Amino acid sequence: MRSLQAPRRWEKFLWPAVAFALLLAAWHFAVIWTGTKVLPSPLEVKKGLAELLQEHVLWNDIQDSLRRVAIGFGLAALLGIPLGLTLGWYPAANRVVNPAIQILRPISPIAWIPVAILFLGVGDHAATSLIFLGAFFPIVVSCVDGVNNVPSVFRRAGRNFGLTPLQLLGRVVFPAALPQIIVGLRIAFGIAWLVVVAAEMVAVDSGLGYLIIDSRNSGKRYDLVVAAMLLIGIIGLGLDFLFRGLERAKSVRWGFRHES
Amino acid sequence: MKDLNLLVRLRPVAFIVVLLAIWQVAVMMHPGQLLPSPWQVIGGLADLLQHGLLFKYVVASLFRVTWGFGLAVILAIPLGLIIGWYHRADMALGPVIEVLRPISPLAWIPIAILWFGVGDLSAIFLIFLGCFFPLLLTAINAVRSIPDVYVNAGRNFGLRPLDLIYRVLYPAVIPQLLIGLRISLGVAWLVVVAAEMIAVNSGLGFLIVDARNAGNRYDLVVAGMVVIGIIGLLLDMAMRSLEKVKSFRWSYSED
Amino acid sequence: MPTQTAGQHSSTRESVDTAKLSTHNLGMVFHRGGETISVLEKINLAVADGEFVCLLGPSGCGKSTLLNTMAGFLSPTSGEVRVDNQIVQGPDPRRIFVFQERGVFPWLTVEGNIAFGLANLTREERERRIAHYVQMVGLQGFEKAYPSELSGGMKQRLEVARALAVNPDMLLLDEPFGALDSITRLTMRQELLRIWQTERKTIVFVTHDIDEAVQLADRVVVMSARPASIQQIVTIDIPHPRDISSARYLELRDGIFAQIGLAHKI
Repeated sequence: MRSLQAPRRWEKFLWPAVAFALLLAAWHFAVIWTGTKVLPSPLEVKKGLAELLQEHVLWNDIQDSLRRVAIGFGLAALLGIPLGLTLGWYPAANRVVNPAIQILRPISPIAWIPVAILFLGVGDHAATSLIFLGAFFPIVVSCVDGVNNVPSVFRRAGRNFGLTPLQLLGRVVFPAALPQIIVGLRIAFGIAWLVVVAAEMVAVDSGLGYLIIDSRNSGKRYDLVVAAMLLIGIIGLGLDFLFRGLERAKSVRWGFRHES
Repeated sequence: MKDLNLLVRLRPVAFIVVLLAIWQVAVMMHPGQLLPSPWQVIGGLADLLQHGLLFKYVVASLFRVTWGFGLAVILAIPLGLIIGWYHRADMALGPVIEVLRPISPLAWIPIAILWFGVGDLSAIFLIFLGCFFPLLLTAINAVRSIPDVYVNAGRNFGLRPLDLIYRVLYPAVIPQLLIGLRISLGVAWLVVVAAEMIAVNSGLGFLIVDARNAGNRYDLVVAGMVVIGIIGLLLDMAMRSLEKVKSFRWSYSED
Repeated sequence: MPTQTAGQHSSTRESVDTAKLSTHNLGMVFHRGGETISVLEKINLAVADGEFVCLLGPSGCGKSTLLNTMAGFLSPTSGEVRVDNQIVQGPDPRRIFVFQERGVFPWLTVEGNIAFGLANLTREERERRIAHYVQMVGLQGFEKAYPSELSGGMKQRLEVARALAVNPDMLLLDEPFGALDSITRLTMRQELLRIWQTERKTIVFVTHDIDEAVQLADRVVVMSARPASIQQIVTIDIPHPRDISSARYLELRDGIFAQIGLAHKI
């Protein structure tokens, strides 16, 4: 039964706080009761986090991860958006290229790791190219879908006002498709963040993913492992928020359903 | 006219053939380097088939995906429907979910190995994690986007809660759930490959790292990648055809 | 007595030559799913410069298709459309089509929408025009608003303003008030007439509402069901502003009702 009584404003803060507190308590007591030596308790993780924050290395790792994501994702957007728009605009071209894209897309970027290492060796470039691969296809596909989903009313109105095909693409189709393109960018970014962790676990020796593997390998510091995991979650969340902020811009807001 | 039609249909094939040709020529122009040519990849595939390894590994990977995905579906969807239905539950758990969601399942790998050791369970656990949150969020969103009119109409006709769930809620959320299932299956396939590369000793992901480690058999590596791509594509196509089933299509109305 | 004109030869040779827009034996056939559907048959129509003509018919009869061919979005499968005695080849800013409010661009403000067709003007000229048409359609104060913040009626007015801003020769309106409530519709009809009397554009207006047609048009083109042909053209000889309870109005209206075959008592 959906609550007929609308929740009050302060409840927005009360309930999550309660949930968090309960979960933390459950975690804490689970560790104590089972007497497990291997899972760290919340307090230990907090200490581990503090330790990491004090060490200079953490900031370098965060920077490295962010940098790789920025470059890989940036390239994917730079190349993917024009390509996606073109394929959406010229359905004939899309019919030719699409099957190839559909075959390459399901090969997870992680499967490309050995090939990337082969070509580019262990290091930054391999990680960046993997991130590029992971973000590229979702961006292209969402651009194509965005263009295809532009209601024909807008195209007709544009033609009515005497726009050339190129002007039509720039002044009507692109703004109309922008909400969907942004959603694609946000999803692709999430994938990029996922891939960077994986790539750093395997192919490089710095970054948050590497931090996780390293903490375990050199000393079974599971408190650091969990601390790093939480950090990954929080940073990923923060970046996602930034994207959602983009979605609120007035010129694209119309394309998103908002809760009243 | 018929000939022209055939030519047009062959263009995508021609495109792929051209790409393969470029690949082949590029490899031939650089002798001594390790990347295999398309031809060698086919040889690698034949090799795997012959030794029965391909079948064994594909089954292993699919087995893990089934379990991990299945568990996620059974747990995430009912939970998501409940959270979506009760406003306060959403308010309470929403932020928690938002924090846990961006932690990639791969970051959980050390914990997985810690708890489950190197083996099937680790992989299943990681796949479960990878699918759980997308499915949960899909279910929550699906419930929240049910237009109130449907619920009110159901109540108006005197439906009891159980009936309401079966006759109003369930049909209304199915289309979105199917899309979510398809996307989660894609994630599951991605995660299983990663999990197998690091945490298990069989499966397609393992094949890729093993082939490289034990002898630089890059023809097998790429063959493995191709199989991964094809199976991923088939899974996706299977889910899409499910979406097309007429009885599920009511919400895809065109203006 | 409503003026009866035979469907086929509704215009003299002379008026066709001087007409702003004319269709000659226009026909439209669609192929869908293996079937051949004839939507329009032998439409011959002449619209004079500055005239207000309504295309009236039941939903789905093809009047929108006819309007789209006039605008140049569709090519007729037989016959032709001429504007200023030249065959229509495609859409043109001189013949602006007004959709049912969903044609406004949601990513542009009110100002942005109205300015859409004015890219070739100087900045001062553009701003002058925007101000002029915002005033004309009564959207003062909403210049910086986005369509999502406007009501249905306001969006419709915005679309009309955008259409007028480029100073077209003709306005083609496809059931523009269909999505509005009946009270707003009355207001919008008055607005449209006011604008028409000021600007004296040629207007072709598609509707399924008999009252709307008789209230607005100089001539009402009554179209049959699919395949659509011109059943009758009725000249409304009442000067504006029209008293909708006058005997003449009711006479014309009832005539059309009878022509379409609708009972008078519900």
